[in-house]
Amino acid sequence: MTDVPPGYFLALAGLMFTIGVIGVLVRRNAIVLFMFIELMLNAVNLVFVTFARMKGNIDGQVLVFFVLVVAAAEVVVGLAIIMLIARRRASANVDDVRLLKW
Amino acid sequence: MTTDAVLAPFIIGLPLAGAVILLLFGKRMGRVAGVIGSATVGVAFILGVISFFSLLSRPEEERAVSRHLFEWITAGSFQAGVDLLVDQLSIVMVLVVTGVGALIHVYSIGYMHGDERYPRFFAYLNLFVAFMLVLVLADNLLLLYVGWEGVGLCSYLLIGFWFERRAAANAAKKAFIVNRIGDFSFLLGILLLAFTVGSLTIGGVNSAAAGELTAGTATVAALLLFGGATGKSAQIPLYVWLPDAMEGPTPVSALIHAATMVTAGVYMVVRFSPVFEASGGTALAVVAWVGAITALWAALMACAEYDIKRVLAYSTISQLGYMFLAAGVGAYSAGMFHLVTHAFFKALMFLGAGAVMHALAGEVDMRKMGGLRKAMPVVGLTFLAGVLAISGVAPFAGFFSKDSILASAWFEDQYALWGIAVFTTLLTAFYMARLFFRVFEGDLKVPEGAHPHDAPRSMAAALVPLAVLAVIGGVINLPRLVTLEHFLEPVVGESHVPTGLTPWVLGGIALLVGIAGILIARAFYTTTAGATRRQRLQRLAPWFVTAVRNKFFVDRIYGRGIVLPGKALASFSSSVLDTKVIDGVVNGVAWLIGRGAEEGRHVQTGYVRNYAVITLLGVVVLVGILFLRIGVA
Repeated sequence: MTDVPPGYFLALAGLMFTIGVIGVLVRRNAIVLFMFIELMLNAVNLVFVTFARMKGNIDGQVLVFFVLVVAAAEVVVGLAIIMLIARRRASANVDDVRLLKW
Repeated sequence: MTTDAVLAPFIIGLPLAGAVILLLFGKRMGRVAGVIGSATVGVAFILGVISFFSLLSRPEEERAVSRHLFEWITAGSFQAGVDLLVDQLSIVMVLVVTGVGALIHVYSIGYMHGDERYPRFFAYLNLFVAFMLVLVLADNLLLLYVGWEGVGLCSYLLIGFWFERRAAANAAKKAFIVNRIGDFSFLLGILLLAFTVGSLTIGGVNSAAAGELTAGTATVAALLLFGGATGKSAQIPLYVWLPDAMEGPTPVSALIHAATMVTAGVYMVVRFSPVFEASGGTALAVVAWVGAITALWAALMACAEYDIKRVLAYSTISQLGYMFLAAGVGAYSAGMFHLVTHAFFKALMFLGAGAVMHALAGEVDMRKMGGLRKAMPVVGLTFLAGVLAISGVAPFAGFFSKDSILASAWFEDQYALWGIAVFTTLLTAFYMARLFFRVFEGDLKVPEGAHPHDAPRSMAAALVPLAVLAVIGGVINLPRLVTLEHFLEPVVGESHVPTGLTPWVLGGIALLVGIAGILIARAFYTTTAGATRRQRLQRLAPWFVTAVRNKFFVDRIYGRGIVLPGKALASFSSSVLDTKVIDGVVNGVAWLIGRGAEEGRHVQTGYVRNYAVITLLGVVVLVGILFLRIGVA
């Protein structure tokens, strides 16, 4: 396998992260927002792995596992909340759930 | 340990214990309270006498004994203990305070009889004696200051003893506040000495004054200390409280405002005479001139006063002026001598005036009295002894003490001071004789409804011994025989009144002037022609008569110049500074935060993406800062 320069990985990670950010900012469907958040997390994971490989250090790879575990837990909680909201309001639009405001 | 050192704490402790007991249990005691109050001071006097003889029995150079009771303040290198100093000077003061004090306590048993707060009166009086003894026995300035403030407090409590009367309450406040002004100066003086000398013991301060203290520092320190003395001893410019202090019960006037507390300033100046001398003449000159001018000033006002107690109050101010004059020309023992004799005859006259008031249902206006000598012979006769003593008629006590002051001024080449003092002697004899002739001589005249009677036994028991002392008190300092001067020498230094003809001539002049004063008063106040003579004299300088009758407008000037601006400042502070500025700042901060929160809470839109944008912006800023700080790798 030929070595791909790390810059490519990083560029890809940056692209993914940016897409994630823009997605979170412009979409309103809670499920979609979740996906964009996952996208950002994975962008970060990619950066971790890239650097781990670059430096020959296993730490980055270990951290990825942490991120995956935490992300899984977060999704469980988050989806449960979305489910409950959807049952009450018959919608997954986050703009409808703006009770905690001034 | 020597007997006097052992006894010293008990001399203070007895009246203090009396005060505590009377304050706690006095209400249930009734008349016994007076006996207890008198007994504690009486026993303290006996202890004082024993101490005095114990002190006399030792050779001259071993007479001063300091007793360390306990450590009080230790801060770094600074130390102040509760130390008592028994020496020639303090033992004289102890004897005067407890001796005259005990007599006045006995007198009060009769005078205060029937007062609803009778036990409390004796409690305060005992407390006063205790504090006064702390003041005179203290071996360091800080402890002396405790006594100094303590007597001020008791003075306040006792002037305002009949606080239901508005005038008494006001007089008490005036005395306290005016004294505070002086005390502040005194405190500054103490602090200055503490900083420059590093020790506040009497020995430490005085030896430093004789050695390392610079003339400038010594002058400032001495003047600050003297500022305190002008308050406590009622000298110009702070004398205004003393005449008003006559609102208090008469025994209080006799004990505190004639015999003891007001002499504390004189005692202090004598005690710290090396500090005053270290200033190279300036401080002493100030002391002497303030004393002389006060003596004259107060004597003038005494001539125009009709309230018998106020005449005595002005007379006290005037006599205190003499004492400061003596201290100012370096004649400390003469000053102390006059302090002692003055305690005798002025306490006597106050108690006599009290007996008159007692007999005339509290009347103090001498225009409404006359011919009381036949109605109250004991009071009349003892009062006469006091008048002759203060007028400087030989061989009464006042002649010797006043003469030694006059002679000291003369031999220090202070002829101007001598002149003022001699003229004041004339005035003194005049106003005292005027008081005597108006009240005791002539036809019997009493306010309506009063039935004059002679002093009751407890009062006479105080009047007679004091009268005897006023007559023979001079023997404690007969020139070249028994001498207080010689006794005090180790503390205050030698006095330099030379022998020869001059002292006799000076004494003769003082005597003649005193007699002249009495004769003038006699010409004015005993004959029917006197009234026209007075009018003719007053027509010579009507503006001066008006000025004197209005007490030189000093109270009004202080009122307009100091009290009114002070009140204006206070009301400005309370109505503008406090409510607008201070409250304004506090309320303003609260308003600002409330208002800011009101506006700021609109940030919480509830839209998730708004929060996301803000988070993003935060990240961008943080990363931007990191880049700027570290630089792009």
